[in-house]
Amino acid sequence: MINIFEANETNNMIENENLDVRTITMGISLLDCIDSDLDRMNKKIYDKITTKARNLVKTGEDISAEFGIPIVHKRISVTPIALIGGAACRTTDDFVSIAETLDKAAHDVGVNFLGGYSALVSKGMTPADELLIRSIPKALAKTELVCSSVNVGSTRTGINMDAVRLLGETVTNTARATRDNDCLGCAKLVIFCNAPDDNPFMAGAFHGVTEADTIINVGVSGPGVVKAALEKVHGESFEVLCETIKKTAFKVTRVGQLVAQEASHRLGVPFGIIDLSLAPTPAVGDSVADILEEMGLESTGAPGTTAALALLNDQVKKGGLMASHYVGGLSGAFIPVSEDQGMINAATRGSLTIEKLEAMTCVCSVGLDMIAIPGDTKSTTISGIIADEMAIGMINAKTTAVRLIPAIGKKEGDRLEFGGLLGSAPVMPVNRFSCDEFVSRTGRIPAPVHSFKN
Amino acid sequence: METKKTIITVTGKDTVGIIAAVCNYLAENNVNIEDISQTILQGYFHMMMITDTSRSDKNTAELAADLEKVGEKIGVAIHCQREDIFDMMHRI
Repeated sequence: MINIFEANETNNMIENENLDVRTITMGISLLDCIDSDLDRMNKKIYDKITTKARNLVKTGEDISAEFGIPIVHKRISVTPIALIGGAACRTTDDFVSIAETLDKAAHDVGVNFLGGYSALVSKGMTPADELLIRSIPKALAKTELVCSSVNVGSTRTGINMDAVRLLGETVTNTARATRDNDCLGCAKLVIFCNAPDDNPFMAGAFHGVTEADTIINVGVSGPGVVKAALEKVHGESFEVLCETIKKTAFKVTRVGQLVAQEASHRLGVPFGIIDLSLAPTPAVGDSVADILEEMGLESTGAPGTTAALALLNDQVKKGGLMASHYVGGLSGAFIPVSEDQGMINAATRGSLTIEKLEAMTCVCSVGLDMIAIPGDTKSTTISGIIADEMAIGMINAKTTAVRLIPAIGKKEGDRLEFGGLLGSAPVMPVNRFSCDEFVSRTGRIPAPVHSFKN
Repeated sequence: METKKTIITVTGKDTVGIIAAVCNYLAENNVNIEDISQTILQGYFHMMMITDTSRSDKNTAELAADLEKVGEKIGVAIHCQREDIFDMMHRI
C-alpha cells in the first residue's frame, strides 16, 4: 500500500518541480480523405478530424482532474499533407486551403497544435511535395495552430540536397511572411533527418503512413524533477548520478504510461507510444540546462557539456524504457534554446554558441532547436546549417532536426518574444563565411556505407 | 467492477480541526475512509487518507475540486487523486 512519503514525493514533483505530461497527441490518418476534388477533400479532412478528436480535450482534462497531474497540451498529428493533397492540389494556394482547413478543425476541437503539414522527401520530391514546401511560408502565416515539418534525409537514403536548398529559402520566406509576429512561423517549421512516424512533440509531429487509423501518443516531461533529484546527490560519483537520473526517469515515465493508458481506453483509440523526452519549458525550474549545470558546469556550453548531456540522455532512456509498454518518438533530452530558461541564460551569457549546440545534438534528441539567428543570414547559410545537422543524423542513425528563426530586422544581441511554451530567443551569431557553392550543387548526398545492412 | 481507491493528502501548517473538517466533508459525501496516516515533517502537518469513493454521488474530479475549497477555508492544501498515479510511480 502506498505510504505517506510516497504520496508526498509524487505531489511534490507535481507542485514544486513542474512534473507534467506535456502532451496527449492523437495521430489521425487522413489517407481515406484523399480526393481529386479539393473542396470535397477539405470537407472530408475537417469531418474526420473533428469526429475522431471530438472528445480529446475533454478526456485530457478529465484525466488531469482525477489523477491530479497537469496535462499541458492536447494535440493532433495527421498524415503528411503532401501525400494527401497531391491528387487535388495544383497550386501552392490549393495546399494553403488545406492548412486553413486543418487550422479550423484544430480550433473547433480545442487542441493546442496540429502537426502534419509535412512532406517526406529524403530521396526526392514529387511535384506535390515541392508545391507543399513552397506553400509553407503562406500556410504558416495564415494559420495559427498548424505545424509543418519536412524530412529531407535518412540513414537509408542519404540527404536530398535539392530539398535542403529549397528549405533554406523556405525558412527565410517563412520568417519574412511572419515578421510582424516576431517571425513566429519559423517556430512552427522543423526540418528533419530520420523523422519518426510517431513523435507527439511539436512542431515535428506527423502521423506516419505506417501507423494505424487513429492512435494516442504521449509525451512526458520533467526536467525540474530530474534537477531536484540531482540536487539531493550533489557532488556524488557518476554511479550515484546516473542511478538517480534513471530512477527519476522511470517515475516520470510511469505517469505518462498511466495517462496514455487512460486516454487510450477512454477514447477507444489504440495506445501508440510514450515519448520519453525531457522537454523543458521557459518556466523557472523546468530546464535541461539547469540539470547540466547541477551536474557541475558553470554555464551550459562550457567544456564538459556534451559529455554531461550524453550521460543525461542515455540515463533517461535507460530509466524510461522499462516504465512503458512502448517507447518511441524522439525520446531523449530536448535542447531548444528559446523554450528553456537555462539555455536562454547561457546563450545570453555567451557560453553557448550554435557550434556547441551542434556538437550537443550528436548525443541527444533532437537538434538545433528554436534558435534565433540574425535576420540578414543568407538562405544558403541556413541550408548549410541544415545540411550539417542532417549529416549528423544520417551518419549516426539518429533523428536530428533544425528549427531556426531568422529574426528579420534584428541582429545579434536582440531578442524575439514568442510567449507561452515557445518562450523567447536571444539572436545568436552565425558563422559569416559562405557555403554558397556547396549548397548550390544539385542532387543528393548518397546514403552512408553503414546503411547497407541487408 | 473493482473499487477504485482514492488518496487524499493534506499538507500545511498544523492547526485545530483539520482532520475534523476533512472527515466531515467525506462523511457528508458518503466517502469511506479505510486508512489514515499522519505525521509532522519539518514543522508541517502531513496527512494521507486512503478512501473508497465508490458509494459517493460525486466523481474523483468533483471531490477534488470540493476538497480544495475545504482546504482553502482552513489554510491547508488538500489533494484528492486516484490511487493509480501513486501505484504506477512507486510500485513495479
